[in-house]
Amino acid sequence: MKLSSSTIRLIIPAASLALLLAAVFYMQPRAMSYTGLNLLFNLAVPIALATIAQMLIMAVNDLDLSMGTFVSFCACVAATLLQTSPATGILIFLGAIAVYAAIGVVIHVRQLPSIVVTLGMSFVWGGLAVLMLPSPGGSAPVWARWLMTAKPPIVPMAIVASILIAAVTHFIVMRSSFGVVVRGVGGNDRSVERAGWSVIRLRAATYALAGFFAVLSGIALVGLTTSADANIALRYTLLSIAGVILGGGEFVGGKVSPIGAVIGALTLTLAGSFLSFMRISPDWQIGAQGAILVVVLALRLALNRLETREKTQ
Amino acid sequence: MNIRKMLVASVALACALGPATAFADTSGKKIALSNNYAGNSWRQAMLTSWDKITKQAVAKGVVAAADPFTTAENQATEQAAQIQNLILQGYDAIVINAASPTALNGAIKEACDAGITVVSFDGTVTEPCAWRIAVDFKAMGESQIDYLAKKLPKGGNLLEIRGLAGVSVDDQIHAGIESGVKKNTQFKIVGSVNGDWAQDVAQRAVAGILPSLPEITAVVTQGGDGYGAAQAFAAAKRPTPTIVMGNREDELVWWKQQKDKDKYETMSVSIAPGVSTLAFWVAQQILDGKTVKKDLVVPFLRIDQDNLETNLASTQKGGVANVEYSLEDAQKVISAAK
Repeated sequence: MKLSSSTIRLIIPAASLALLLAAVFYMQPRAMSYTGLNLLFNLAVPIALATIAQMLIMAVNDLDLSMGTFVSFCACVAATLLQTSPATGILIFLGAIAVYAAIGVVIHVRQLPSIVVTLGMSFVWGGLAVLMLPSPGGSAPVWARWLMTAKPPIVPMAIVASILIAAVTHFIVMRSSFGVVVRGVGGNDRSVERAGWSVIRLRAATYALAGFFAVLSGIALVGLTTSADANIALRYTLLSIAGVILGGGEFVGGKVSPIGAVIGALTLTLAGSFLSFMRISPDWQIGAQGAILVVVLALRLALNRLETREKTQ
Repeated sequence: MNIRKMLVASVALACALGPATAFADTSGKKIALSNNYAGNSWRQAMLTSWDKITKQAVAKGVVAAADPFTTAENQATEQAAQIQNLILQGYDAIVINAASPTALNGAIKEACDAGITVVSFDGTVTEPCAWRIAVDFKAMGESQIDYLAKKLPKGGNLLEIRGLAGVSVDDQIHAGIESGVKKNTQFKIVGSVNGDWAQDVAQRAVAGILPSLPEITAVVTQGGDGYGAAQAFAAAKRPTPTIVMGNREDELVWWKQQKDKDKYETMSVSIAPGVSTLAFWVAQQILDGKTVKKDLVVPFLRIDQDNLETNLASTQKGGVANVEYSLEDAQKVISAAK
């Protein structure tokens, strides 16, 4: 049986996740339980959602450098207004999603580099987050807390949520016609436009969808931490980009994989735990985390080469 | 009678074991330090103190292990993950210097639910199930103005150097300084910059605001920023005001130089990094079964004109003036809170 290239793309991230998981189980057998798995993975859920958001932006050849501050902002809203006056909170979220759509339009119409626009937006979101929550605090909406600490039978919440996120986004991005054109915009936006699609609308919709997932990420994060601060998710910018790449996505060409992105997010989270269980000194930990990334990416590059060689033959 | 027999037997057993276990109760327990940042001299001194005191404690068999863990990046989400890992590793107590007073609450609740004792210090947490060893930062800010009011009864213009925006410690010290100024109306804060508790940042920030300021009589600070401020004043060729220091070695050295040169007078105040060792002993005491109040207060470390030399001599190059705490100190702090 010949494997499709998208399956090959998924093999490396899945295999590295399995390998890391095996290593973690070997070092810390305690992790091999319901609670253990939940503790290992529950913080990966918001990261996975942010990674999906980033993946959508990357599907149209853009990059969102404001992901971390935007998720922080959403977390601050979720811990304050969404809890005290849900209607206002939801309105703010809708407004934020509209702003995301507007960013997509601006980037498209003015042909601006997305990196610059989103970098600028990151300061806006950061400022708004501090305005919402000048000092750390707030409290999670009861339902968000309930959702994130729910204990479904047999499989822990973190795993259920990850599978759910992967399945839903796989359907949207890989199976729906909307997803196909979005990836088409990343591949060749001119041909999509000539085929009669409005690229500007597609970009706006993609950005809005990304904003939606980022909002979910913020809510999930607050559900886990019980309260927020303005800097809570700054790491998510780079984590989400790394997660997409680790999961088999690419910066250009509309080549993305939702399942891969979720796996990438899980792998990144697990890599942190792995290094902590290994008792690697913190001075080396960033380096070691980087090394894991480099190894996985090198493997992918090798596979890519294999792929193109097959095509040319 | 069966029950009476059992009671007698258990009392006898308790008496036999009692004296032996009184000291060795925690010998099998493991304590972890979860630290969010190691990138400045204060944190390095904190980790060194932890290492020194806990190694002795482990060697004596007071506890089985006391391992420090630092997150690679100063981020609450990463520290939450680290705490969850520590739960998995089966520690009996986790001592935390937290990246955020609130964002770790979920992870800390998980730890408490798993029966783990959580003690936070310096960067404390709000989760009710955790213990807090806090410095009265507000009093620390106020003490600066009190000192200045005594030294400069005429008052004058103040420049305030604040810490990292959005961090609770910064807010508290600032609140203390503000209430001090309200009490001593002869002082007026004419400028305020964020020095991020780092000399280079403080120097840049002060240099930036200086041209727009009138004559400054004193600079109130939060620690780690006094030397940078002094450099900025020197570079702008302005007279050096009274700069309150923050116990860093470079600040103390500069102070000593000025003192020798022209009898420069100031004071220096900060929290001793050795507070990590106090947190360690408090955690050990809780594991030992002692009842400890959830909120403890540790005094800050103040250096004055007359004890500058002794403190400077005991401070490592590039370090911070420090005190390490013993079991007895911890017991004192615990009983003081009752």
